[in-house]
Amino acid sequence: MKLQRKNMLRASALGALVVSGALVLTACGSDDNTKTADGTAKPSAAAAGDIKCDDAKGKLLASGSSAQKNAIELWIKNYMAACSGVEVNYKSSSSGEGIVAFNQGGVGFAGSDSALKPEQVEESKKICTGGQGINLPMVGGPVALGFNVAGVDKLNLDAATVANIFNDKIKKWDDEAIKKLNPGVTLPSTAIQAFHRSDDSGTTENVTKYLKATAPDAWPYEPAKKWSAPGGQAASGSAQVAAQVKQVDGAIGYFELSFASSQGIKTVDLNTGASAPVKASGENASKAIAAAKVAGTGSDLALKLDYTTKAEGAYPLVLVTYEVVCDKGNKAETLPTVKSFLNYAASDAGQKVLLENGYAPIPAEINAKVREVVNTLG
Amino acid sequence: MASTTPTQIDTAPPVTRSGGSSTGRAGDKIFAGLSKGSGILLLVIMASIAVFLTYRAAIALSKNEGNFLTTFDWNASANPPVFGIAVLLFGTVVSSIIAMAIAVPIAVGIALFISHYAPRKLAAPLAYTVDLLAAVPSIIYGIWGALFLVPQLNGLNLWLDEYLGWTYVFDKTQVGVARSLFTVGILLAIMILPIVTSVSREVFLQVPRMNEEAALALGATRWEVIRMSVLPFGRSGVISASMLGLGRALGETMAVATVLSPSFLISGHILDPGGGTFAQNIAAKFDEANEFGRDALIASGLVLFLLTLLVNGAARLIIARRKDFSGANA
Repeated sequence: MKLQRKNMLRASALGALVVSGALVLTACGSDDNTKTADGTAKPSAAAAGDIKCDDAKGKLLASGSSAQKNAIELWIKNYMAACSGVEVNYKSSSSGEGIVAFNQGGVGFAGSDSALKPEQVEESKKICTGGQGINLPMVGGPVALGFNVAGVDKLNLDAATVANIFNDKIKKWDDEAIKKLNPGVTLPSTAIQAFHRSDDSGTTENVTKYLKATAPDAWPYEPAKKWSAPGGQAASGSAQVAAQVKQVDGAIGYFELSFASSQGIKTVDLNTGASAPVKASGENASKAIAAAKVAGTGSDLALKLDYTTKAEGAYPLVLVTYEVVCDKGNKAETLPTVKSFLNYAASDAGQKVLLENGYAPIPAEINAKVREVVNTLG
Repeated sequence: MASTTPTQIDTAPPVTRSGGSSTGRAGDKIFAGLSKGSGILLLVIMASIAVFLTYRAAIALSKNEGNFLTTFDWNASANPPVFGIAVLLFGTVVSSIIAMAIAVPIAVGIALFISHYAPRKLAAPLAYTVDLLAAVPSIIYGIWGALFLVPQLNGLNLWLDEYLGWTYVFDKTQVGVARSLFTVGILLAIMILPIVTSVSREVFLQVPRMNEEAALALGATRWEVIRMSVLPFGRSGVISASMLGLGRALGETMAVATVLSPSFLISGHILDPGGGTFAQNIAAKFDEANEFGRDALIASGLVLFLLTLLVNGAARLIIARRKDFSGANA
């Protein structure tokens, strides 16, 4: 009797292990957006010859924005394949965490989806002896508005309508404002369920910056990482928002384009005032980033995006992530690696990787400046 | 296993004082020192957690522009910082109450079934199955909750709204999927089921066989036996089991963060999406918080710490008062 029970315990423990193991594995699997449908990693374009390793050696730690996670992981893969003996480790957490780690001297560079604030620059002077933290734009990307409305395959919206949907003024899909923008589309009377991020997020900040810049009457709230409009539902992280949009009829939400393409979620075409509504894609986002101006001074290349651009085919709802480094006073042991890695990231080969993976390359002239600055890092 | 414990109690040999102690006094001293050290270490750890939380919380509270207790907002990383715990306290307490209201009766039912009704062959696997629920990581519950439970609950929500809407509590005033405190309560109930069940089961199995047999001899039915001897004996045990469960419900983080649609509004309509809990808020805000924002989150953590202390203290009081009647704690 006793023996039997012991066996049963073992058997059930084993069963539990198998079940939870399978669950854990599937949970991990859903998170990676760089994979194609058949589960293999996309081939990367860079040949080893494009990457100059120079004196790079040892281990380089970096941390920050998860918005550029997939891009930077591809760069790291290509870079480490080309430069043996170098290890680059990017901890994808969040912009806030990355900057905190940077200002504590824990990482060689930080990834951030918004430029350093003045007080953060001030703080960085303690770490960058004789210099300060600067922003280098490296990765651009469209933020897609994903929707799930039964029977609707194509949806055009303008900024004011998007703002009114997200601040709970437009409540039904067959609202006059939406009908007017979508002639010929039969819209159901389903209630709109707008999903936003529940956690503080750079994506939210970019979306609210866009709404504030393009539809200030409909969107009276200050742009912030924290969602401030009333109504709607919230979910934590882009993946969760995308999952809810996929699941709920009548839903609309915002997330990086890769989440929409990997889950087959339809995205809104933005009516910017150009002759035709613009689709969310890497190319179209690049065109909008091309209208950006460098707002930083000296070697700081923080961009001021033009959200109100009416250029043909420019998708203005974009986010740009920066790599934050010291202009002077980088740690001697990691400096060569930082320089050679960022040089690769800003190179044509590095930027080409972006376009193949749903991100948007930084325009060439800004790119050239980035490479110039990278070469002067000390 | 559990089924052998009652006989152990009956046949446990009395402790003999002069039972051939060959290790000598040195062993006694070492052991006493070790156990005293462990006890003191625990107090030191708890005290240092409290000191750390209080210190960091004090930094945050001194700069808070809002009222920490009554502000309905959490904007601690902004300049100036404004944050308050009212919504979090409300959400934490309400979701835990819902979880307890659902889980405790079911857990007691399962425990009674396993200990007194089920055939031996069924009891053991059932007990293991319930215990296995405890082995599932909470993020798995969160994913399951968000992708399966939430859509499934739409029907129940509409039904509750239709027939119990007059109670105010079950009145659903917002459209939208069931990412509500009620759903969180159900999920938490499932998560705390194993601990409440297994402790209750152990207690029910410890009811002296003599009591039950005496009741049976007087002509009591099985239900009467349970009502007259098992439940009164096990009451304090079930209360402590519930408190262990409540502790988990109060502090559950990832599952709540995944399932709830948080908002900084207090609403008595528990089917409406919205609300928040301490742990969920910390998980959601920690990543993007600056140094000061983290201190503010730590301040909210301190309140959760105090809440848990209060609940445990209250449970101790209840058990102490009932001790005379039952004997489970003797």
